[in-house]
Amino acid sequence: MTDCLLIAGGKVYDPANGVDGEIKDICIEDGRVTAAPSSPTRVIDAQGMAVMPGGVDIHCHIAGPKVNLARRLMPEDHRLDPHPGTAQTRSGVGGVVPSTFATGYRYATLGYTTAMEAAVTPIGARHTIEEFHDTPVIDKGFYVLLGNNIFLQQLLKEGRREEFRHAVAWWINATKGYTAKLVNPGGDEPWKGKKNSNVKDIDEKSAVVEVSPRQVIDAFIDGVNALGLPHPPHIHCNNLGHSGNVSTTLETMKTAGDRRVHLAHIQFHSYGGELGKNPKSAAREIAEYINSHPNVTCDVGQVMFGKSTIMTADAPLAYMLRGFKKDKWVNADVECESGCGIMPFSYQEHVYVHALQWAIGLELFLLSKDPWRIILSTDHPNGGSFMSYPKLIRLLMDREFRREEIQRVNQKAMNQTLLRELDREYTLNEIAIITRAGPARALSLKNKGHLGPGADADVTIYDEMEDKEAMFNAPRYVLKSGALIIEDHEFRRDYTGRFLHAEPAYDEAIIQQVRPFFENYYSIEFDNYAVSDSYLHEHEVVARAP
Amino acid sequence: MSEKAANENTKLVENATCTFCGCVCDDMMLTVDTKEKRITKAKNACVLGRAWFAEHYIEEDAPPALIDGKPAAVEDAVEEAARTLVKARFPITYGLSDTTCEAQRQAVAIADLLRGCIDTTTSVCHGPTGLAFQGVGESTMTLGEVKNRADLVIYWGGNPAESHPRHFGRYAVTAKGMFTPQGKKDRTVVVVDVRRTPSAPAANQFIQVKPGRDFELLWALRALVKNRKVNPEVEALTGVSVEAMEALVEKMKTCRYGALFLGMGLTMTRGRHFNSGAALALATDLNEYTHFVAKPVRGHGNVTGADNVMSWQTGYPFGVNYSRGFPRFNPGEFTTVDTLARRDADAAMIIASDPASNFPQAAVEHLRNIPVIALDTKSTFTSRLAHVAFRTATYGINTTGTVYRMDDVPITLRKAFESPFPTDEEILKAIKKRVRELTLTRGQARGANAEAKAAAPA
Repeated sequence: MTDCLLIAGGKVYDPANGVDGEIKDICIEDGRVTAAPSSPTRVIDAQGMAVMPGGVDIHCHIAGPKVNLARRLMPEDHRLDPHPGTAQTRSGVGGVVPSTFATGYRYATLGYTTAMEAAVTPIGARHTIEEFHDTPVIDKGFYVLLGNNIFLQQLLKEGRREEFRHAVAWWINATKGYTAKLVNPGGDEPWKGKKNSNVKDIDEKSAVVEVSPRQVIDAFIDGVNALGLPHPPHIHCNNLGHSGNVSTTLETMKTAGDRRVHLAHIQFHSYGGELGKNPKSAAREIAEYINSHPNVTCDVGQVMFGKSTIMTADAPLAYMLRGFKKDKWVNADVECESGCGIMPFSYQEHVYVHALQWAIGLELFLLSKDPWRIILSTDHPNGGSFMSYPKLIRLLMDREFRREEIQRVNQKAMNQTLLRELDREYTLNEIAIITRAGPARALSLKNKGHLGPGADADVTIYDEMEDKEAMFNAPRYVLKSGALIIEDHEFRRDYTGRFLHAEPAYDEAIIQQVRPFFENYYSIEFDNYAVSDSYLHEHEVVARAP
Repeated sequence: MSEKAANENTKLVENATCTFCGCVCDDMMLTVDTKEKRITKAKNACVLGRAWFAEHYIEEDAPPALIDGKPAAVEDAVEEAARTLVKARFPITYGLSDTTCEAQRQAVAIADLLRGCIDTTTSVCHGPTGLAFQGVGESTMTLGEVKNRADLVIYWGGNPAESHPRHFGRYAVTAKGMFTPQGKKDRTVVVVDVRRTPSAPAANQFIQVKPGRDFELLWALRALVKNRKVNPEVEALTGVSVEAMEALVEKMKTCRYGALFLGMGLTMTRGRHFNSGAALALATDLNEYTHFVAKPVRGHGNVTGADNVMSWQTGYPFGVNYSRGFPRFNPGEFTTVDTLARRDADAAMIIASDPASNFPQAAVEHLRNIPVIALDTKSTFTSRLAHVAFRTATYGINTTGTVYRMDDVPITLRKAFESPFPTDEEILKAIKKRVRELTLTRGQARGANAEAKAAAPA
């Protein structure tokens, strides 16, 4: 007989199944939620507690080459925040960019059980999967950077859309990625060229490959959707962080028409005003567009005051920020595939731009009408650590707290926003949507983000508290695939999560096209490039939900 | 698999990887005599790589483990190694740069369980560049970018012609790429060093700097890049005329894509991390004028993997101590030469490295006085003085696994033929298992619920 665990008497928030705070028992067997309780071998008394599916982070940077460079870059940050081991768990270091073990455990201590690394170079895929082996508890996958891939852009330039699609599928398979990630498409060549410049307009053609960002975006939306990948192209638009970038963001969404698309950290792309001058909030325009276009999902990329780390494939952006801060800076060009910029950063309440960014993120949350399509993220660690999610949840749920916080920040910036007038408070059910059900749906993770029969038994049980930050900071119980990881706030056991990836079909003839390009312009052998199955630990192939 | 049988006892392994140096060339075509268990030909290998493959043979008669010099069963040696390490109050682990990432991950796990020190050969090669990186960052690249784009390549304090013979041809000097279709003709190459090395003839220009004056020269170049005046005394100090400095600065500012490679001539001489910091800062500064990158030329085959594994598991690249139950980083305190020379360490596990042959006298003296666990593919000075010595399979020849090239690009190894000896990873996994059991039974495990652990399912 298998173990059967019963979570009894908790208030269940399972929005995907229309359950909003009902007192309900949840039965778990063989790592899954089951319909009818058989005789339980263990009962968790969840009276006075909120029961939710495990959290799903749709956009964070937690593993791979750039994350590891950032770890190496900041000993001062680790030193202040040691992460001792327990009898069950490995030790590590925290800070804004924690070590792999600390990353997994800390996600678990927030009740998160799935996280997607949002930007991995194909050549760095093997490295990322190696780090995933050492990232405990959570299930994880990654989006593979293809938007500045020179070979793919050449196919587009020649109008070979069909071969383009096969090549995208080949790359997803070769790297074991989850979907395609576009970062500032078209920006790499100007950056790696002599002038360290950037592409400025969605219709500007790069001098080297003669393809505009819009053509790249359009082709990926088509290709990724046709391939049946579990998540649409995950797009970091052009002109991130620049005043007036709202027009680029709107144009990007318009390019999608009514096709599925996900816009990453949209807060960073919702700025009005003129280029080179102080930004203004364009949250309303963006929210209105998203409200009326159900094909669009986005994550917010909320800015939280305090330490962060800029860590992006958008190398010219990182270089621009370095111009302000003059701090240590890492640039890492990746052959034929990507750029990368890293630097320590901090958001400060008194700084106009930082306060405005903070407010725009909150405006987007509060103006958005469909919580299923606006997903909670801080673009960890770019807008702040994932460890600040509980505080962000309190800002959304607690109007009074929000007002107090508004008082503490740059008032000129507040004058530019609607934030003072927005009275909306998120409910627990809505929080369960933006942190669980919504991202799981956007990722086609049909067994996650809900507690219906057949769901992965990734469950978080919080003590209900008035202070929502305290509540979401320390779940009493966390279960991963039915295993009781945290009990009474303490780690009870270690656990290796699953690796999530896609395996789209493609015509193998495309390999003969990639190979000669590869042999000319890469510095490793083509036959040593694809990540072999030997790197997989427990894994799951995910396809697009019908 | 890309293996073809040429005749009964011969097989070919294509796209094999040479792990001898940090170039990690993955285009080897190995001809293997499977009967004699030898590699008879290594096509595409350089002179160092050919020797690496040709000199590799299996000593079938050698015992897989020795305890105090006497042959022992591997299980007994694992038991003795684990007991020795658990008994120690200040166990240290060192080496790691010539084994796979899979083995390195196990080694760090053991150090965590033991609450010991762990350090890699980085601390005696490009450790100072690691410190400089933490201070100023680095504008850098994968080597394919140099091949495709660089029209100015500078080697400073290194002699790749002898230490990394294929660096020129495969990546940086004669390599032909996207914007450098004519290879060498499309590039200017500059070598800066204290003496005219065999690398100098490959360069368009050789600049001789006085020994120990790299920092002064780099700093003067930084000033000139920023259009500041330099004190003319710097000429006498560095042995380089201001005119020559200005000419070099002009080259750097007007190139399309510049790459500066740092050798150990910068890190292991007076100034150390100041030197590499100045070099990295110079490359960063130049980005105001053009695209400029820098990269340390790493030595051992997987020293870069060791840096990476240490960084993702501990947050720090080398010189880590776990005595407080979490990783702390302090080069000079937790680096191996120091823990030995200060006689802090009371047991040492040395993996794929031979410090007894190349460490300072005081450190080697202490190594003789404490129990040493050694893992190596052959008999070494260190393994001969070890209390427990394991003979393991050679990575990249007898094992698969992952190594990181000097530019952080991970590559999977292909096995040429079987070794009768276990891999480093297998031995370390076994030691880890025993260390875990021993620390639990003696109640040393961490956390409030160590007892619960004993009862918990594995």
